[in-house]
Amino acid sequence: MACQILVGNVDQIPKGEARIFKVDGQDIAIYHTHPGEVFATQPDCPHRGGPLADGLIGGTSVVCPLHDRSFDLRTGKNLSGDCIDIRTYPVTLKQDGGIAVQIEVARHREGLG
Amino acid sequence: MAKLRLVVVGNGMAGARAVEEVLIRGGGDQFDIVMFGDEPYGNYNRILLSSILSGAQDPGEIFINPLDWYRDNNIVLHAGALVVEIDRAAKVVSSESGVREAYDKLLIATGSRAFFPPIPGVYGPDKRLKRGVFGFRNIDDCNGIIAHAQRSSRAAVIGGGLLGLEAARGLMTHDCEVHVVHLGKHLMNMQLDAPGGAILKSSMEKLGVTVHLEKSTAAVLGDDCVTGLAFKDGSTLACDMLVIAAGIRPNAEIGLRAGLTVGRAIVVDNHMRSVDDANVYAVGECAQHRGQVYGLVAPLWEQVKVFADHITQRNLDAAYYGSKLATKLKVMGVELASMGITDPIEGDELIQFTEPKKGTYKKLIVRDGRLVGGILMGDISKAAYLMQAFDRDAPLPEERLSLLFDFGAPSQKITIDEMPADMQVCNCNGVTKAALGACVAAGNRTTKAAMDASRAGKGCGSCKNLVAEVVLWFCGGEVEEDPSIHYYVPGVPLTKPQLIAAAREQGLKSVSSVFKALAGGLEDAASKPALASLLATIWNDEYEDERDARFINDRVHGNIQKDGTFSVIPEMPGGVCTPDELIRIAGVAVKYKVPLVKLTGGQRIDLLGIPKDQLPAVWSALGMPAGFAWGKSYRTCKSCVGTDFCRYGLGDSMGLAYKIEKRLRGIDSPAKLKLATAGCPRNCSEALIKDVGFVAIGDDKWEIYRRCRRLACSQGRPHVHGRQRRSRDRIWRPVHAILPRERQMARAYLRFCRPNRHRTNSRGHCGGLRRTRRRSRCGDAGFGRGRL
Repeated sequence: MACQILVGNVDQIPKGEARIFKVDGQDIAIYHTHPGEVFATQPDCPHRGGPLADGLIGGTSVVCPLHDRSFDLRTGKNLSGDCIDIRTYPVTLKQDGGIAVQIEVARHREGLG
Repeated sequence: MAKLRLVVVGNGMAGARAVEEVLIRGGGDQFDIVMFGDEPYGNYNRILLSSILSGAQDPGEIFINPLDWYRDNNIVLHAGALVVEIDRAAKVVSSESGVREAYDKLLIATGSRAFFPPIPGVYGPDKRLKRGVFGFRNIDDCNGIIAHAQRSSRAAVIGGGLLGLEAARGLMTHDCEVHVVHLGKHLMNMQLDAPGGAILKSSMEKLGVTVHLEKSTAAVLGDDCVTGLAFKDGSTLACDMLVIAAGIRPNAEIGLRAGLTVGRAIVVDNHMRSVDDANVYAVGECAQHRGQVYGLVAPLWEQVKVFADHITQRNLDAAYYGSKLATKLKVMGVELASMGITDPIEGDELIQFTEPKKGTYKKLIVRDGRLVGGILMGDISKAAYLMQAFDRDAPLPEERLSLLFDFGAPSQKITIDEMPADMQVCNCNGVTKAALGACVAAGNRTTKAAMDASRAGKGCGSCKNLVAEVVLWFCGGEVEEDPSIHYYVPGVPLTKPQLIAAAREQGLKSVSSVFKALAGGLEDAASKPALASLLATIWNDEYEDERDARFINDRVHGNIQKDGTFSVIPEMPGGVCTPDELIRIAGVAVKYKVPLVKLTGGQRIDLLGIPKDQLPAVWSALGMPAGFAWGKSYRTCKSCVGTDFCRYGLGDSMGLAYKIEKRLRGIDSPAKLKLATAGCPRNCSEALIKDVGFVAIGDDKWEIYRRCRRLACSQGRPHVHGRQRRSRDRIWRPVHAILPRERQMARAYLRFCRPNRHRTNSRGHCGGLRRTRRRSRCGDAGFGRGRL
């Protein structure tokens, strides 16, 4: 079941950079672009597991720091043509700078609920 | 915009080809072109003069551009007008006959003339060549020789080089007895060694030419017409005709009179531009590039392309780096290929085969596994392969026999035709020839497009040339040029000099401002680090650092590893550290459970596997300056023990390494920069193959190497531990000459030490070394800075 989770504030991420946030036990990379938009993707590059949050961000794309695979932050689509796409998460930036990510909550939680 | 005036002095193969190349690049819209030629013709292929002499071709067949061509392309041609003056201040050239033309840009392509040795009797009383005496250089010479040969019974040729033998061949067809008189010990001494010359001599004698070696001509006999030659050894040779082919001399006097620097010819830079005047270019036999004057056409074709790219501003980075000389020719029916040096020096490997009866001679000189010289005569079936290997400096197969002969067994593959489809072209990214072929077939018809699509050449980059060739092969030789290959960074459509100029003019001091001003606001991630480094070099202290423009390594002061952890390397100049420092490093390694402690190639200690969040704590516990082992910057200077303990040391290599490290620490550079110092030529620290290396040769002298080549020898008095000698500190002069220049010109991410590294060549000027040290750009704690 999908639900929105408030993970932190946009102040925590300098513009043009990304940080890892723990959301319901899983890591999510959250990006803060120069124009002020916020995106969320899976944290590791599908190629060799590179930390995407340490990558360079340009416009709405990220380049993995290990082997330069690049991805569109809006869709997760691989842009360098040599890797599978990454997973993205819908993310909302609140008035007060709060970042809310919409993810599938883990099954065991559902069971507990 | 008003057109500029391009005046070309010289209407030979160089001048005309240069104009053709300019026109191909759309130069007809940029320039009004005026050409001067001292011969009253359009231009012709001088190489084919020997075919005219031998009757194989008519004079009309060797013209390249008829007079119509000049008219059709709106070129004003002053034929038969010898230029006698270039007034660089007024920018006007004048001919002997009084024609004056103003120029904005000038090309000197006056070529060369036949050299007549100062032999008494060559000239008649009227100061002209004596009747029956000819040069062999132009159509008029050729026509004169043919006319005279009809009534001649014995002709002599002075000069046993390529041109002389061509003349001899031509004369043979006119039914006269031919004697070749040569000063050297063997024929064609520029291209052949003694045994090769001897075989050629016997082949020629079989054809009926008499060859006289080691004959120095003392006088040309005859009063108003040549009747014979007298030699210094007292002998004589009767003849009624003489062709002098004793070499050529560049027509460089015009440059001298114009106040240009002239050595053997007009000295030019890598853009084929005079070193004295940015509006004056020179190409061909009248140009001297890096000490070389070329008399063959292949180098000329390369030169005129660079000239045309530069003058039309199609590519201001176009540069000529000199040519390796290899020729394939047919002399009197004898097929011959020659390349590089003709005789080995000590330590070279020599591979030879001789079969004098058949006139077959093969000789190869191999140095460090590479072909540095070769002669093939009689059987030149392996010439294509060998010339390619020579030109590219490619490694030769271990099986040396296969270099000389084909045995039917599969030989070492080098040509792209022979390359199997599944052979890897790019080993970093595992791209095969077939994969590149598929890429081209899918429409990626430029080298860059094919590289982007296949990732070939995107690893270490060392295969880029081969990738380009394979793409060219698949495109059937017609690869399209993508202008973006000249961009300094992919996201800003400007070359490095243009980018530097734009950043300066518009005061762009941060990476984001460059994207806004020069890339339509489109931020490109891959362009950021190289831009950041370039801007830091341009603006020094005024550079506005943006953390997000830096690669992760620069943000956290560690080098990212495959698992996302980082490596930490403290500074250790020349590989020297104190026991205390060693203990501290060991203590940190224990405390932080560092998974791997390893010595690096640059003689430092690497702590690998440190998680990002521990980096500040690790640096602070070390309390040592950072070694900048993460950046595109000066990294380290390796050294041997030098004079302190080594019994062979000639210079204080450790002291110099220490001093270099203190001086260069942290300077930005387009690629990482690893240096070394060696205390003697035994090269224990491998200084010869570093980006820049210093080798002590005694007497306080150091040789400086870059790209495996000796660059300079300089007297230097390096700093000795604890003792600063200020006087005669000359070692820095060449270093300061090399490094800023390399930093300005180098492409991003290409190391200095890589052979055949592409370089841009600009006058775009960046700051000196001193002021552009890397500053801490770490926003967190300033860790990793230590004592710096």
